[in-house]
Formats: sequence, structure tokens, C-alpha cells
Amino acid sequence: MWHEDMLWGQILRSTVAHAEIVSIDTSEALATSGVYAVLTYEDLPTEVKNYGLEIQDTPVLAHGKVRHHGEPVALVAADHPETARRAAAKIKVEYKELPVITDEASATAPDAVLVHENRDDHHSGHVPHPNIVPRQPIIRGDVAKARERADVIVEGEYTFGMQDQAFLGPESGLAVPSEDGGVDLYVATQWLHSDLKQIAPVLGLPEDKVRMTLSGVGGAFGGREDLSMQIHACLLALRTGKPVKIVYNRFESFFGHVHRHPAKLYYEHGATKDGKLTHMKCKIVLDGGAYASASPAVVGNASSLSVGPYVIDDVDIEAIALYSNNPPCGAMRGFGAVQACFAYEAQMDKLADKLGMDRVEFRRLNAMEQGTIMPTGQPVDSTAPVAELLRRIKAMPLPPERQWESSEGADVRQLPGGSVQHHARRGRRPRCRLRGRHQETSASRGLRRLLHRQGAHGGHRRRARRHRAHGHGGGRPGRCHRPRADRPHRARRPPGDDPPRRHPGGLGRFDVRVASDVRHRRRRQERLRAGAREGPGDRPPQDGHVPPGVGDRRTPAGGGKVVTDGGEVLADIVDVLEDEVVELEEEWRHRPTEAFDLTTGQGNGHVQYSFAAHRAVVEVDTELGLVKVIELACAQDVGKALNPLSVIGQIQGGTTQGLGVAVMEEIIVDPKDREGAQPLLHGLSDPHHPRHPDHPGRCARTRRPARPVRAARHRRGPHPVVHPGRPRGDPERDRAGAQQDPGTARAPDGFVTENRLGAASPGPRSSGRCAARGAPVRPPSRTARSLPAPSPG
Amino acid sequence: MWEGESLLYVLRERMGLPGSKNACEQGECGSCTVRLDGVPVCSCLVAAGQVEGREVVTVEGLADFAKNRSCGGHEGGACGTSLQEAQGWFRQGHRLADRRGRHLPACDARAIQQAFIDAGAVQCGFCTPGLLVASDELLERNPNPSDADIREALSGNLCRCTGYEKIMDAVRLAAARQSEPEGV
Repeated sequence: MWHEDMLWGQILRSTVAHAEIVSIDTSEALATSGVYAVLTYEDLPTEVKNYGLEIQDTPVLAHGKVRHHGEPVALVAADHPETARRAAAKIKVEYKELPVITDEASATAPDAVLVHENRDDHHSGHVPHPNIVPRQPIIRGDVAKARERADVIVEGEYTFGMQDQAFLGPESGLAVPSEDGGVDLYVATQWLHSDLKQIAPVLGLPEDKVRMTLSGVGGAFGGREDLSMQIHACLLALRTGKPVKIVYNRFESFFGHVHRHPAKLYYEHGATKDGKLTHMKCKIVLDGGAYASASPAVVGNASSLSVGPYVIDDVDIEAIALYSNNPPCGAMRGFGAVQACFAYEAQMDKLADKLGMDRVEFRRLNAMEQGTIMPTGQPVDSTAPVAELLRRIKAMPLPPERQWESSEGADVRQLPGGSVQHHARRGRRPRCRLRGRHQETSASRGLRRLLHRQGAHGGHRRRARRHRAHGHGGGRPGRCHRPRADRPHRARRPPGDDPPRRHPGGLGRFDVRVASDVRHRRRRQERLRAGAREGPGDRPPQDGHVPPGVGDRRTPAGGGKVVTDGGEVLADIVDVLEDEVVELEEEWRHRPTEAFDLTTGQGNGHVQYSFAAHRAVVEVDTELGLVKVIELACAQDVGKALNPLSVIGQIQGGTTQGLGVAVMEEIIVDPKDREGAQPLLHGLSDPHHPRHPDHPGRCARTRRPARPVRAARHRRGPHPVVHPGRPRGDPERDRAGAQQDPGTARAPDGFVTENRLGAASPGPRSSGRCAARGAPVRPPSRTARSLPAPSPG
Repeated sequence: MWEGESLLYVLRERMGLPGSKNACEQGECGSCTVRLDGVPVCSCLVAAGQVEGREVVTVEGLADFAKNRSCGGHEGGACGTSLQEAQGWFRQGHRLADRRGRHLPACDARAIQQAFIDAGAVQCGFCTPGLLVASDELLERNPNPSDADIREALSGNLCRCTGYEKIMDAVRLAAARQSEPEGV
């Protein structure tokens, strides 16, 4: 994006995690040649100086204190990006450091420093400590009584790291001041409407004077639900009267958006000798970082989906998110469900092993099905083919042994560490996970669909739809919409249009859109059938009603013809409809959801559930601890695939991000760092993100259940993210697995003299991540990370 | 003009060629891949001054470049797409996308771009330009690459959306089309 007379904006970010701001001196920066403006908190134009998705706790620019490393403190606009960077570096900020809150113990200590003083948000009244954002308990049945029935009980403590979305297109946008005193903002975002609601009050402008245009997205995965540079660019543009462009570089991007919540999970499961689960107790502690972002919704998902796709009648669940001085966390694919999945699947393995049962069979025995009651009291009232998915995933043939061998000898690239080096072991880990759609607000306002359709001409149905700026890029339904970067995609919200309702998590929007399309298509088909019934030239009945049993044989087909089942062409659609222009306005709402009860957690909080099962086949060099993922297989219930190419693409992409979080991706926040909770970041290679060679040589095969499911009720969401759990998290599980099923621990000849996985020393989990990865010999994946990445070609 | 500007910055901000993307500006993601005298490089790591007197092929000129090559034009050399043509490439590309299933002229049909579209190898599209340049270079070097060859050649290009499988499909498809006899 480019504009005549354009300036470049730069953000100065805090270099400490928690500190009072003693003074800010901008004089030297302002005196720099080429600098047009320097803004701090004092320059904000209105009384509204905070924003936030649900809780308005995030300052546009730091006021009085900074709460995390990389918090925006000042803004610079200059005529060249390098000038702006250098000027920002000349701003002198004096900090007085405060104690750093980094985990549950330091956050909830009685004398803990409060990250946010004087909270008055709607969660503050019912949390046990002001450093807890929300707390969601879910209690159902009688755990104490059910515990007595259990023949085996397993407990586990699990740690889940912080993952970054690492979307490829960094945060960027161009704000152009307009003559009417407003501003035109061209921006890469996930959620124009929500952005607008947060931006306009801070600028002191009515919403119709902030005109937003989606200019391509470049990946998001939840990371663009929160604001990044939007307000900053607008402030600079309005102050200087010139267009201002801000583009984060990769390093800044890591600080400029929220991450996936790291978590500590404590689980207890019980089961009877015949393999039936009796009860579950768990506590899930998510680290929300300095600002709330989507933490309440993530807690809702983590708690309500914490049993997984298994039937357990007696549960005692508690999930909380902390305020801390770590980087803020919010929406990312899976949204609380992923963290819980990692823990409950590990528990399933442990239980099956303790009972001496097959791990898959144990899961199938306890699989949820249609009619199961969730811990929240919500019945699963649509298809839930969990057992079927597990059966399918187990039935898939395994990849060949010794896959590194070819007719020309061994291909070193196919060996563990041949292209990428990480730690785990080979083993089959079928698991199943559950996703729900969480809605906190009731759907009473609904999402109004306005569809305007014109009649058929020459077999092409032209459909003009009122273009609403949907969060996912304003795309057309059922198609893979790819906004091009650098070419503004016009998705402007018409003035006076209904404000859209808030959908936490970004799932509802897409689903509603697709469902509406399905309904729309059905109407259209009904209308055409009716037309066909009356024969060529007859006008279709105006109400589009089809009497039962009539017109079934005649169905419209492609190519603009109306044909019978046998393929006989009855008429052109254009003849059937003649010059009739069909206009249709339709409103559709998904069923309402309700907030979970604050003490019992009961309530219909989800629209519906979707399911997937995974199997990862991993090869490990047990001497060097190097890993190669040979195959990732996934069976997912996607319902009716409206766009199969897109469905498969989403599953493959989601699975690869799952591979990433399982074996390589993690933002490590170092609490012992001199400057506080500083994320240890360097770029896309550190933390390492999956590349071509990291991806299994065999494709992630995707299947759908053969039996049809209702399309409108059971749809593939935008996030079929199917994270295979992490083989690295629990060394005991690895060890148990190695003893249980040593046959699965394959390794290349000449690389292994003995299976040393059994000797892996887990060590205290708190002492370091290397130990937690169960690395037997040479722990650090840091070693691997520091290897130079291959350059293109 | 500041002498520290990268080739990528000059292409995008000064010449109006936004095809090459700036996803990391540190040579890790490959989204900014261009060919400098035939060699694929990360344009974010090349100082603009280094390019003086050398040939650059960006993704905007890739279709012309491939067409020249397959029709017996210069070997491995740039084909002299004018700046104006390159800036107008987008619309052409868009038409290509809209005409899925329609046969384009023989040379174009084998373009790597069409293979990416047909295979569904584009989701957000940010990594795509770099992958196109890198894939095209791979197929020029090795018309029948094995899967391992493809993985190796594209290992410098990061994609966050597709999970790579469809990209593999696209390169295989392009290779297969390339080996088809002329005019099919």
C-alpha cells in the first residue's frame, strides 16, 4: 500500500516487563530531521484511553506503568521507516522496576503486586484474587462418591507452552486522514466490526467517520482478533494530517499480537476394571498475560471441554486465567480446547496402560455419542461419531518400515534429524479431541443475513449480496476467499448498517455464513424443481413451495439445465425463470447460547460440537534424540463439505500447526531474565516453525465419516484444528509407552545400540524444558534451532 | 534514498512491485524470493545497491520468464518484462484465477501459478509469491523432482496455512504438466 505524501509510523515498546514510568523525554526524537510527530499517553485526544475485546483494560499507550515486555509507550511518524526507527530509539524512558508476576504462585500470593489495580470489570466481583481474570468452575454429579467406585485412579500434572500464530503477513495498515475530519484505515485484520468499536471511541470520532477497508489478511489464526497498529496509525494520521503507514517487522510482530495461553493442568481420572471412566477432577491454570484479551472465552472453552469427547458423569472442574507480566495471550486456533486436549489424552493413555487395555479400545469404550450430556448439562444433540472416527484412524494402514531406504540406498534426508532435529520417540498415539463453539452472549440479536438475489440468466445465477465485512475477510460463502495483500479489498460497512454482534472465537461468523448459503441453495432448488414440474415455459409458483412427493424426480443440474434423475434435459433454467427477477430477503439465526453459571458451570454455552481423531507416527534416533514425524493421520467429522478442497486444506494446515506445537514451536518466557519476563525470541527460526522438511513425508490423510450428517447443523468450522497432542510433554508417558510397546520404537540401523528411551530421566519438570521433552542424551532443541536454516534453492 | 534500503524495499515501496512479500525481513521465510542473475535469493537480504547492473526476476515477471524459457527464449535469463507490465501483472493473474478449468495457451497453461491454483496450494497467499519463484527455479533445474527434492528446494519457504501438502501437490502437478508433450 502506498499513498502520496505518506509517512511511516514506528512504535516504541517497553524494554521491561513491569515498571513504573518515571519520565519520558521525546525532545531529541522530535528534533530529528524528517520526524513529523511523536505521541505519548499525554497526547491521546479523548478520555477513552483503553481498549479491549471484552474488558477494556489495554492502554493505547502506556500510562504510568508498563505491564509486559514490549508494551507500546510512544509513537513516531517520519518520512522514512529508518528515520522513524532511529527517532524512536532516541526517546528516553526512565523506568522504575516493579516485582514481576510470572506464574500462579506469584500471582495469587496474598501480598502479590496487582497487575491491574481497581478492577471494575464484570468478572472482578467473583474471582478469588484480583490477579485472576475469570474463574469458571463446572460441577456435575458427585465426584467423591464416584471415586469410591474407581478401581484405578491416575493423576497427572501437565505443562503446555506458549505458541505463537506466526501468521506470515505481519501487522500492517495505512491510515489516511480525510477532509471531513475522519480517517480511512486500510488494514490487515480479522474482525473489522470489532476493531471499529474499539478504535472510534479512542479517536473521539463517531463510527461513521472511521472507515475501514480490509486490505488482505496474510494469515491470522486468531492473532488478528485483537487490535495491533490500528489506533496508532490513526492517531498519527490525524495528528500530522498525512497518511501514515505502519508495518511491523517480524520481531515486533511477536510482541504486537496475543499468543496461545500457556497452561498448567492438574488432572485426576478414575476408571473401573472393565474400562469405564468413573470421575474426573481437574484444575486448569491459563496464563493470560498482562491484558485480558480473549481470556474469559478461552477459560470458558478450556473448562467446558476439559473432559474431551468422553463420557464422564461426575466431574469437578475449575479453570482460571491469570493476569501476569508475561506477554498477553488470547485467541489462537483451538482456543482453550487444545491445552485441555493435551492433558486428558495423556490421562487416557495412562489409564489404558494401568488397566492393561488397548489405548484405542479404551477410548472407544468411553466415547461420547449423540445424546451424551456434557459436564455443562448441555446434551450433544447432533452427530458425534467419536467411536467411528477412532475405528477409522486405527484401521488406516501404517507407513512402511524403514522408509528412509530407497533403491539407491539410504536417503539421509529421511532419517530423524535429516532435515530437522527434535526430541520424542516413535509410537502410535491415536487420540481424539473435541471442539465446541463458545458463545457468551445470547444470540438474541442474531446475525442478520440479507441476501439479494437476481434471477437466472444464461444459466448463471448472479447474486449480488450486500457486502458485509465479515471477520474472515468478507469472503463469499463456500468459497476459498483469498484477499490479495497490497490490493485493498473493499469490504466497507455501509453507513447505518446494523452493527454485527460479537462472536467470541471467530467461529460463529463463518458457520452462520455457510449455513445460510445451504439454506439459500435449498430454497433455490425448491424453486427450480417447482418450475420444472410445471414444464418449460411455465412460471414457477411465487411462494416456491413444493408439495411433498412432487417434483422429486426432477432436479436442477449444472450447465443451466433442468434435468431428470436420468439426465434427460427438460428445459433451460433461463426458460423456466424467463425474465423473472427473484428477490429474497432472509434472516437466519443460530440457536441461542447462554453464559455458564458462575458456581456450577451449567448452561448451554455451545452451539454444537465437532470431532476429530489423530494418529502420529514418529521416528526417533534414540541416541541423539532426533525426531522425524513420518505420518500424521486425521479422521475428522466435517459434515457436508461445501468446499472439499478448502476443508482438506484447513485440516492439513491445522494439523501442521499441531505438529508445530507438539514438537517444536514455543515462545519461552524467561522469568529470571534481568529485565523481567522477557520472551526469548529471534524470528521464525527461533522458535522454530514447521517447514517443508518438518512435514511428514506421507500426507496427512483426511477422511470423513461415510454416513451423511446434516449439513446445516454439522459444519466444518474455520478451525478444524486438529492438534495431535505433544509427544514431548510427559516423559513418564513416553517411558510407559516404550515399555508397553517397544515394537513401535523403530530406529535406523547404525544409529541405535540400545533403546535408551526407558532411561530418559524426566527430572523435576520445573527445572527446565529439556527434561520435560524426555531427551535422553543431548537435550536442547536449542542446538537444533541454532543450525542455519537452509536458504531457498 | 537511504543507501541501507534492501532490494525488497525498493521493489515494493519505490517501484510499485508488491508481489514480493515482506514477512520476516530477516531471510527466514522466503516470501520475498526473487531471482538475481538466475539465482533465487531473499530480496530482503540483498542491499539495493548490490543489484546495480544485474538481472532481477520477480514474481510479477515470472510468467513471462517461464514462457520465454519454454518457448525457446533465452536460457535462464530475464525476459525484459517492462516495469509497467510488471505493475499490471496482478489483473492478468486474477483473470487466470477466474478462468479455472479453461485452457490457456500452451505456454501459460504450464505456468507454475496455474498449478498452485488448481492444487489449492494457496490459502492466505502471503507465502505464495516466494514459493512460485522457488518452485519455478526447482523445475527449471530438475524437471522431475522427487518429493525429497521438492522438500529440500522449498525448505527455505515458510507457509503457515496450508500444511505444505497442497504445495507439494502443486509442484508435482506443474512437473507433470511440464513433461507433457507440447500442445496437450
